[in-house]
Amino acid sequence: MIAPYLPFFAGALVLAVLGPRFRVPVLLGAPVAGALSLAALDPDSAWTLHFFGMELTPLRVDGLSRLFGWLFHLAALLAALFSLHLRERVQHVAALAYVGAALGAVFAGDLLTLFVFWELMALSSVCLVWARRSPRALRAGMRYLLAHIVSGVLLLAGALVYLRTEGSLAFGEIGADSIAGWLLLAAFGIKCAFPFVHNWLTDAYPEATPTGTVYLCMFTTKVAVYALARGFPGTELLVYVGMAMTCFPIFYAVIENDLRRVLAYSMINQIGFMVCGIGIGTSLALAGAVAHAFNDVIFKGLLMMSMGAVLHMTGRINGSDLGGLYRSMPKTTVLCIVGAASISAFPLFSGFVSKSLVMSAAAGEGYTWVWLGLLFASAGVFHHAGIKIPFFAFFAHDSGIRTTDPPGNMLLAMTVAAALCVAIGCAPGLLYALVPFEIAYAPYTASHVLAQTQLLFFSALAFLWLRLSGLYPPELHSVNLDVEWVYRRFLPDALRRCAPALRDLDARLRSAALALLAGGARHLHETHGPEGPLGRSWSTRAAVAVVVLLLGAYVGVLVL
Amino acid sequence: MNEPPRFLDRPVNQKRIRWTFYALCAVLAGLDLVIHRHAEHPWEGLFGFHAIYGFVACVVLVLAAKQMRRALMRREDYYEGRPEGRPRRGPPATGKEDDA
Repeated sequence: MIAPYLPFFAGALVLAVLGPRFRVPVLLGAPVAGALSLAALDPDSAWTLHFFGMELTPLRVDGLSRLFGWLFHLAALLAALFSLHLRERVQHVAALAYVGAALGAVFAGDLLTLFVFWELMALSSVCLVWARRSPRALRAGMRYLLAHIVSGVLLLAGALVYLRTEGSLAFGEIGADSIAGWLLLAAFGIKCAFPFVHNWLTDAYPEATPTGTVYLCMFTTKVAVYALARGFPGTELLVYVGMAMTCFPIFYAVIENDLRRVLAYSMINQIGFMVCGIGIGTSLALAGAVAHAFNDVIFKGLLMMSMGAVLHMTGRINGSDLGGLYRSMPKTTVLCIVGAASISAFPLFSGFVSKSLVMSAAAGEGYTWVWLGLLFASAGVFHHAGIKIPFFAFFAHDSGIRTTDPPGNMLLAMTVAAALCVAIGCAPGLLYALVPFEIAYAPYTASHVLAQTQLLFFSALAFLWLRLSGLYPPELHSVNLDVEWVYRRFLPDALRRCAPALRDLDARLRSAALALLAGGARHLHETHGPEGPLGRSWSTRAAVAVVVLLLGAYVGVLVL
Repeated sequence: MNEPPRFLDRPVNQKRIRWTFYALCAVLAGLDLVIHRHAEHPWEGLFGFHAIYGFVACVVLVLAAKQMRRALMRREDYYEGRPEGRPRRGPPATGKEDDA
């Protein structure tokens, strides 16, 4: 019996040695082998080992890790299918190691093992950004890596403090009421793209390769959601953090031009629903959070795949440069619309059966303002991800681009993902059975369906009205300032601005020190130099007189 | 380009789609009178709550985002605009060049 993540590392090793000629069996074989080993594991089991007096758990299988385990195998298979045409060693090796690390993090039963896989995930995933091989991607990858290394350092610090105070490294419910808890929450929060530390996501994901972004959007943030659900269920702060995450990115998504960056902002919005559910902490809310994570991997993956396909075929991804692609990419158009309907939570699509759990829990637990915020975000997500993405890529004005649908493997991956979206949407019991929390909720009542359909149709009506009346902001080549401005512009500029003053201060300090030294040397020369009183040679008589005087003074002091 | 016009390219079809959509919206709003709401929140029971909320939310969202552009929008190469290896002893940056 082997741990489910080992086939991925083995696959990465094989591809690294043998090269991309063997990518098809390895990329498809690793998820299958991993899934078989996961199926063979006991439903509740843990492997422990002792390491320098600490008890480590490199593999812990329970309901929660199982759900994410299955999800990641599915995601790995979809992303592998999507990137099968690629003859590039680095990307495939990095992707396999990345999936392995994500699985390792999910099955880690202690904080130290979690830390190891956490860092491995950062190191392997950044290669998918750098594989774009552009100066922009290089710099964005560097910033991405920095954010994740900081998160890793916080995790290690939290783990060590936790070991010191609790005497154990076991990764269970932690709670934000101790230093260790706060450190770990901060570590998870960075990876989860909490507000103010979210820009690594919107910065790096759109700069990665068309296939790399598909991998990226599936694993890192979902591992963070898993870690939050494991460590901090029912932490009330997360309710408000989650609500903020659902609301603020949609404003950016409306005015963003790069369609993959629109999806990156929309990811933060969707993660917000999960974080909110974890914060509410009832079994319905937790079920909603993890079920939504499951669905999000598939529909966000599908949307990223469709935009990746557009980028792959046209070389462009800005809304202002695209349009009218439904003529030449009809299949991609339909598949993208399925993803858009799923993320917008249309009834019969997957988002509907998971997001409504969180919404219902928020309303039921008396979080009225939070519920209104989530409802606003639901309308907003339909607006930017559900309408804007397909509209500006495939419809709107005809950009004149003529291309074809992407290679068969890409279409197949998107078709499977779209089929899963519809299957889960139509038969939510399939997903609910996997979720390790009790779900006392029926999504398909006339009331729920009507409410959601009204919300979406009237949001679409608003879009239509704004478009027709010319009020809708056009897609423009632009950059929108976000928190990243602080470290990409303000601090470097401030440093640059301070540089002349610093140089001046430095020069003054140096010259003052030199003057001091020169003065000292001159003084020494005056006293001890050949002409100085202490440097002159004395006659023997004078020397003896001085010694006798000193001796007399010494005896005098002793006698007194 | 000598392509035959597609279904969606013809204004008359676009108009038909729009009017079908308006009719669907009207039907959905009307269904509020027929279908009984078992509301998780008291406001959900109000007539047209979700319809009005969805419409207003989206209009507010888009108009607010449009205003955000005034403050936040910069030209596309804003962060890359300055070459990384700029001369060490150049004049201090004024920030003026970014106000476009």
